[in-house]
This record gives sequence, C-alpha cells and structure tokens, in this order.
Amino acid sequence: MKIHEYQAKDILAHYGVPIQPGRVAYTPDEAEAIARELGGPVVIKAQVYVGGRGKAGGIQFGDTPEQARAAASKVLGMDIKGLTVEKVLVVSKINIQEEYYLGIILDRKSQAPIVMVSKEGGIDIEEVAAKTPEKIIKQPIDMRWGLRPFEARDILARARLPHQVIGKGGSILTALARAFIESDASLAEINPLVLTSEGQVQAADAKILIDDNGLFRQKEYASWAESEESNPLEYEARQEGLTYVKLDGNVGIIGNGAGLVMTTLDMVARVGGKPANFLDIGGGAKAEVMYKALSFVARDPQVKGILVNIFGGITRGEEVAKGVIMAQAELPEGMPIVVRLSGTGAEEGKALLKDAGLDWGKDMREAAQKIVAAVG
Amino acid sequence: MSILLDSSTRVIVQGITGREGLYHTRNMKTAGTNIVGGVTPGKGGTTAEGVPVFDTVAEAKAATDAEASCIFVPPAGAADAIMEAASASISLIVCITEGIPVIDMTRAMIVVREHGARLIGPNCPGMCTPGHGKIGIIPYQIFKPGPVGFISRSGTLTYEVVALLTEAGIGQSTCIGIGGDPIIGSTFADYLELFESDPDTKAVVMCGEIGGSDEEDAAEFIKTMSKPVVAFISGRTAPPGKRMGHAGAIISGNTGTAQGKVAALQAANVPVADTIFEIPDLVKKALSAL
Repeated sequence: MKIHEYQAKDILAHYGVPIQPGRVAYTPDEAEAIARELGGPVVIKAQVYVGGRGKAGGIQFGDTPEQARAAASKVLGMDIKGLTVEKVLVVSKINIQEEYYLGIILDRKSQAPIVMVSKEGGIDIEEVAAKTPEKIIKQPIDMRWGLRPFEARDILARARLPHQVIGKGGSILTALARAFIESDASLAEINPLVLTSEGQVQAADAKILIDDNGLFRQKEYASWAESEESNPLEYEARQEGLTYVKLDGNVGIIGNGAGLVMTTLDMVARVGGKPANFLDIGGGAKAEVMYKALSFVARDPQVKGILVNIFGGITRGEEVAKGVIMAQAELPEGMPIVVRLSGTGAEEGKALLKDAGLDWGKDMREAAQKIVAAVG
Repeated sequence: MSILLDSSTRVIVQGITGREGLYHTRNMKTAGTNIVGGVTPGKGGTTAEGVPVFDTVAEAKAATDAEASCIFVPPAGAADAIMEAASASISLIVCITEGIPVIDMTRAMIVVREHGARLIGPNCPGMCTPGHGKIGIIPYQIFKPGPVGFISRSGTLTYEVVALLTEAGIGQSTCIGIGGDPIIGSTFADYLELFESDPDTKAVVMCGEIGGSDEEDAAEFIKTMSKPVVAFISGRTAPPGKRMGHAGAIISGNTGTAQGKVAALQAANVPVADTIFEIPDLVKKALSAL
C-alpha cells in the first residue's frame, strides 16, 4: 500500500527522525495560515502517489505567507501524471548543503530487508544506481537483531559520508530500520537526507510502502488507504476484497488463481485481443463472489466482453455458472460472455450455462478466440 | 523413487482441526499420504480424521517421528508455525497459507536455515508424488505416475498444465508448487537439482512467472544439467509496477519481466512454450531425444 510523504514523515518522526516542522493543507487559506505559524520561508509540496513531483512543478517555494498562499493555489488541483493534487505539505525551508540517500527494501535473494546508502542522494538516485552502482553501499539486516547502531554507522562510513554526519545519520538509519520492521514496510526511503548549512541532519523527503499482508495488524496505516483518482476501480476492488488490476484493453478477464489469470491474459493477447483487467476470484469461490466479480468487471466502461476461465478444484463449476447467470441479467444488453470450465463440477456448470443460452469454450484457447471474435 | 515424498513419508498437519485442515487432511489420506497426526494448540489428546492431535509439533514429533508437516495455519500465526516445525526437527515443511506478512517470513527463514529444514511455500498448493500421495491442496486425480518432474510458482496454472500432460499420456514423477510470495523457502533451482539426481525423473517442466529472478537463476543451473527442461512463463502482458495477484508477481524496473526470463532460458537452450498447449509436444520431443 502506498502512503503519502507527510504520512511517511509522521511515522519516521515517531521513531525519532528529525524532519522539518510543517503540516498538510487542503486549501490556499490553510497553507497561508501554516506558513504564518511556521514563520520564515516555506516549501509547498504536492502530496500525490507518484514520483517526479519536482520536475512536474509540484514543489514550490514561498518566502512570505502570501507567497505560500499563491504557491499552494498553483499546486492544489494540478495534474501530475494523471493524479489531481488534493493536498500539499507546507514545511519550513532549509538550507541544503549536501544530500544523501538512505533506503531499505525487501530483498528476495538475501530473504531479508537490505539497507542501501549513497553519498549521492537527491532526485537522480536511479541514475546513480544504474551508472555507478559501486557508489551505493548495500547490507542485509540480520533479522535476529534488527539494524544495530554500530552497523548503521559502519554503513554510513563505508559510503563515505562526512564525519559530522556519521553520528546523527547513524541514529537516523537505525530509526529508519526500526520503522521499516515495525510498520510491516516493503520499502522505506529517506531521499534526500540532508546536511544543512547550520550542521543539522534531517529527512527532507520520505517514502514508505506498506506490505499489504501486514495491514491486518497495522490498523492505523490501513485506515490511510485512499483512492487513486487515476484508478478508482482498483481502490474499490480492494475494499470489496477482490484482486483486481486495471489494464488498457476491452476484454474483461476473470479466473481463479493468479498464475492462471495471468496465463489467460497472455492467451487473449496471443489470439489478437486486448485484456481490460486482471481479476482473480481466488479458491473456493461461491456463486455470489462470481456474481460480484462479473458485475465489477462490467463497470469498466472500456469492457466490451468478458471471459471467465475457471479450473475447478475447490472452486465448483456449478457455483461459477450460477454466479455468471445471476450477473448476466444485470449486465449491459448484448454484452458477450464466454465461460470456460474444467475440473470439479464442470459438467453441471456447462448444463446450467446451456439452459441460460450462454457460450463456453472447450479450453482456454477456444474460449479466448470466441471472446475476441465477439468483441470484434 | 521420486523426490521428497513417497507413501512411507510420515506427515503431520499443523492446523488440522480448522475447516481447511480437516478437509485437506481427508483428501491427503484418500490420496495415500501417510498422515500420522496433527497439531492444534489446545486440542491435544483428541483425534481428527482418525489421527491423534497434539498441542505442539515437538509432542507430535516425539510420538510419531514425523518427517514432514503441512501447514494450514492462518496468516498471523503461520510464520510461527513454520518456525515451530523447523525447531522440532521436521525436515520437510509445506506451508499452504497465503497472506503471511513478509517481515514474519524474513524471521522464519532464519530458523528454517539454522535447522537445515526444507520449506515449500508459503502461498503454494503444495506437492505430490503420483501413486504415493500428496502434501497440500493439489487435486490429486489429475495426475498419473510417469517420468516428468514438474515445478511451478502457481496453483491453478499447475493443474491446467498437468491436466494437459496427463491427457497427452505423459505422467509425472513429482510435482511441486514453490509459491507465489516474494520470500519463499525454496526455489526452482533447488528442485532442478533434486530432479537431476532422481533416477525416475527423465525431464522437467518449469512454469515460471513475472517477478524476481528465480527463473534466471534456474536458467544458470540448467546449463549444468544433463536432463532436458521445458519452460513456460506467464505474465507476458503484465504492465510494470502492478502486482498481478501473487504478492511476488511484480515487475520492478527492468527486473522480473517475462521477456528477460524467456531470454535467459533460451540462452540455456531451454525450449520455452508460447502457450501452455505447446508444452506436451515439447516434452514429448525432449523425451524422445533421450
């Protein structure tokens, strides 16, 4: 799950990471009031779930509360990569002397979180990673201990951060690791970590992703979930407990099991169609789940036909057929549906489909060909 | 012999008294699996599906000398169940549970490695050796004994491809679903190594998918193998940055793409099927060339 910069900073501040004072504003009025409260020049930062805000003009400066207001009205409502800016973070401006990168990601190979530190932080960290990977020091966290302060200082020293940053930076990196582990994060970054002209070390920007599997015990963070305007269907699907990914095409796709659904998408593309979505109903789904899934997929206005591909094990064919028949009555008139059933209850399911006048394919390939032909 | 499991392997079920645990214990027994007991804390001293239930894995191990465990414990307690099994010297642990927090898995894997246990999964359908039995939720009736080892990251896709093989008259030695999570106990390369030294396995089918670099690592290992491998990669149409159902099925930057995996396998001289329907013919060709 994605969270905003201000939320990531709230988490880090809780673990003792120094951040600039500031708050979130939803209107230019609020931005002006916060700037007045803070006193001095401020930075106005768009809070949206995408990177590259700065380059898109989503970060502005204001030396006075009035300028802060003007900057906020420019950023609020701005479109950044398809997302409308609905809130901005207003923080005191700092005098940046140097920028470093601190990051922790989950590493499949070492089966542990891995710490990454670079002396060259800031917006071009991807370029540093691609061109000069030796400038990024990496070390897996031993999960028996977590990241110990001496290890954190050691990593910073090996990354050649200046002496004056090693102590404070070590505490910050230790705190980042604790935040990562205790928040069920899959990624936590401070980029940049800045050294100010006054010699302070602060997190000037932060990014955290929360592992969806950990949300059941991270109730506060789970409550932060919000719709991405570019993708309201995916947000709603999550609320309904469906595993749904929106794609660009016009053939709606529903199946059971992630690997089978992915293979069905590939098959539709292979026979010349364009998948509109990925939807996995999981194992053991009853008619109601199938009904909900079909109704959901049909809400995407791009969808011109739907393919249902089920390999029955603990999912039963007749339950699938019943759900499809229930949903069909409510779908737009003439919306083609092709069902492919095999395994448990397939024959019973096919009989029900036949009575309802619904089409089916004998295997995944034939079903894909039929639906692609039907949507034209 | 096949790998890891035969009809004499002593298996316990952790979470045996839950709905899933009971249902699948019955199915595993029907398949011929030698289920010797189960574990549910607080239900020790009772029986379930005709086998004794224990409060702890250590007690079950002491009473039954179990070698393998199948875990049906809900996500919040599943990593603990894995560590309990490993700590009780269970050597083969199969974890079916989907949705385990990844941080929990990073801790569980330390214990699994320390005890030298083998973990299959989590978030997997389990494994089976046709003619002997199964550990997990794989529908056993679609299999038939034969010379092909089968490994996959997915459940229903496995069933789909196995059904095609069986229909084409090609039987299987052992089938393993390694799981769809980013952190899993064992990888394709681990099982390729076992199949390579198993006299009953003549060829291997590997069904991979987008995300991570397990398939690329497998390709490196295949270069050292004497037995033929046929592969299939799903997720060719998946966009970058989107999690395709499996927590581990996500393309990050340039890593984990289907194209990259296909290229790595082809560089190891592995025929990669464009669709699953070509797999049986590719396997027949590989077997007839032996």
